[in-house]
Amino acid sequence: MIQAAEAMVKCLEIEGVKVVYGYPGAAICPFYDELHKSDVHHVLVRHEANAGHAASGYARMTNRPAVCIATSGPGATNLITAIATAYMDSVPLICITGQVSSDQIGCDVFQEADITGAAEPFVKYSYLVKDAKELPRVFKEAFHIAGTGRKGPVLIDVPMDIQKEMIEFEYPDSVSMRTYKPTVKGNVMQMKKICEALASAKKPLICAGGGVFLSDARDALVKFTEKTGIPAVSTMMGLSLYPSEHPLYFGMLGMHGVKSANEAVSRCDTIVLIGARVGDRAVKSPKFLAKTTKIIHIDIDPAEIGKNIPVDIPLVGDCRMVLEGMTEIMPDCDHSDWVKELSDIKNSVPEEDETEGFVNPKMFLKKLSAICPENTVCVADVGQNQIWACNNFEMKKGRFLTSGGMGTMGYSLPAAIGAKMACPENEVIAICGDGSFQMQMMELATIMQEGIAVKVILMKNNRLGMVRELQTVHYENHQMAVHLKGSPDFVQLVSAYGIPAERVETMADAEAAAERMKNAKGPYFIECNVYKYETTL
Amino acid sequence: MKHTISILVENHAGVLSRVSGLFSRRGFNIDSLAVGVTDDPTISRITIVADGDEHTAQQLEKQLHKLVDTLKVKTLAPDELLARELQLIKIGAAPSQRSEVLTICEIMGAKIADITANTMTIEISDTTDNLSRFQELISGYGIKEIVRTGTIAIQKGAVTIK
Repeated sequence: MIQAAEAMVKCLEIEGVKVVYGYPGAAICPFYDELHKSDVHHVLVRHEANAGHAASGYARMTNRPAVCIATSGPGATNLITAIATAYMDSVPLICITGQVSSDQIGCDVFQEADITGAAEPFVKYSYLVKDAKELPRVFKEAFHIAGTGRKGPVLIDVPMDIQKEMIEFEYPDSVSMRTYKPTVKGNVMQMKKICEALASAKKPLICAGGGVFLSDARDALVKFTEKTGIPAVSTMMGLSLYPSEHPLYFGMLGMHGVKSANEAVSRCDTIVLIGARVGDRAVKSPKFLAKTTKIIHIDIDPAEIGKNIPVDIPLVGDCRMVLEGMTEIMPDCDHSDWVKELSDIKNSVPEEDETEGFVNPKMFLKKLSAICPENTVCVADVGQNQIWACNNFEMKKGRFLTSGGMGTMGYSLPAAIGAKMACPENEVIAICGDGSFQMQMMELATIMQEGIAVKVILMKNNRLGMVRELQTVHYENHQMAVHLKGSPDFVQLVSAYGIPAERVETMADAEAAAERMKNAKGPYFIECNVYKYETTL
Repeated sequence: MKHTISILVENHAGVLSRVSGLFSRRGFNIDSLAVGVTDDPTISRITIVADGDEHTAQQLEKQLHKLVDTLKVKTLAPDELLARELQLIKIGAAPSQRSEVLTICEIMGAKIADITANTMTIEISDTTDNLSRFQELISGYGIKEIVRTGTIAIQKGAVTIK
């Protein structure tokens, strides 16, 4: 017999969990007491949401469920934003929360919150464990559910008294769930149909989304693209599937996308959406697009097919299996004229100009990415900084991470921490604005505490630039609540944590600083002074 | 258009809230919901009547199916289903009106479930439309209270959802 809390830790160990992110409290103390005896490395963050975001960064780099922990009540509710962020981007997380003792549930006792209820819309599944004997099965199922099919967060809420019970521990070898059996193998007839449609199309286009990463299909996608010669665009979640310089890749589509990608979408006659859910920011008028274009949709989630766009050829399956299968049966075809047409658009982008006394964020991110190692992971926050990064940080073999679906400010730094811990050999750069930075700067302490060599670029324009732009364009330039007055001297602030920091105000300074950052062994911080009316696109 | 959807789910805590939560979350309108255990005590059957166009119905079916606790989802075609609702109506029928009430009940297949000196409680199980008709017929006798269940439905003929 062992204590249930020990069993919980054992479950994590058996699942191969090396790192967990969390913030303790009374209701989760029995579990922490067992964690204390384990080799699982616990990272104390400075806010529960950031435990979730850090786990998200870790999970996205390893493509396996990562673990975050919070206590009951406010600890758990603080985690919700991170859970919702992961849910929107289909990131596999295991979220463990402490709960008040089971005999007190429903009595509104201290730090009680119905977290399974509150998080219900944002989880793939959740458990409120009322019988300690069920814990091994619950953990086994949770990891299985989070990491298979369309991935997502799973919440395990464990009352304090349950954690302290004694149980016989035996971890199940397999999961038996009659209700949960995701389809992974694509229908062969549909695959043939897709290949025929692509082969007979005059202007076919691939639109790849985050689902391709989730099914570990990046190589399969590039192979398929190169074999067929079909040009490709990506959604925000699909950024870095192709190297930016790939001759068949034409950038990110959508509201904040680039001209070549959007022209490709409007000019193509057949589009194959793969692991992309046709979000409103990616495709503004899906019904209109479907009128003029043959729509092929490949996704592991049957509910995505036809949800946002009418589909001509649907295919439910795992992107990698489908792409590998289609690469085999796809006939040779030639799309060089169509590729040339798009290349001309891609190459006709006007050069950016410098503004005196400011760093042009678009030029700087281009230059920065050019000197970064091939495996650089770029973690963009939300707002103008995100779009600047999306369209200008040139990806090679690394990863682009951002909160695409939820658009959660304060994502970049904690997610970068998780990404760096998952892949210490990769350079990891967080890019944020002065708005988003102030939602996460407490995590600088986590960086120092753990000695994590995350690099941070702060685009400082003293405002919430994207909202300001929105107000300028749509609200008669009524700039309401977008000026970040009262912000501290960020360089001094970051230095106070012991992190090397500098401020740059010209492009020449910025480039020199980028070199220093590149050579820094530990964390590094650059604040770029950005013109207040710098445009998003 | 009304859609009648049968859902087989795991019979454990929290499942009903996941199903009903899905409706509000995805903006689907729910007319009625009825739930009960099946011949297999580990499985519950939920019957939902929802309003919406064809696209909505398809989405609904897919989203319901996506729930981890869902075993089976089937939208029942209107001409292939037997649907029933149960209604209890308490009326204030005076002794002089009781024979008229009894006649209506007999014609409509309702029965008297309870009676006091100045009230009668009538029980009727029928389709939604017939219940409404019955209610209209009985309304002249002073309705004091009405309670209706949601619709439950089963397919006609030998076909089953298992």
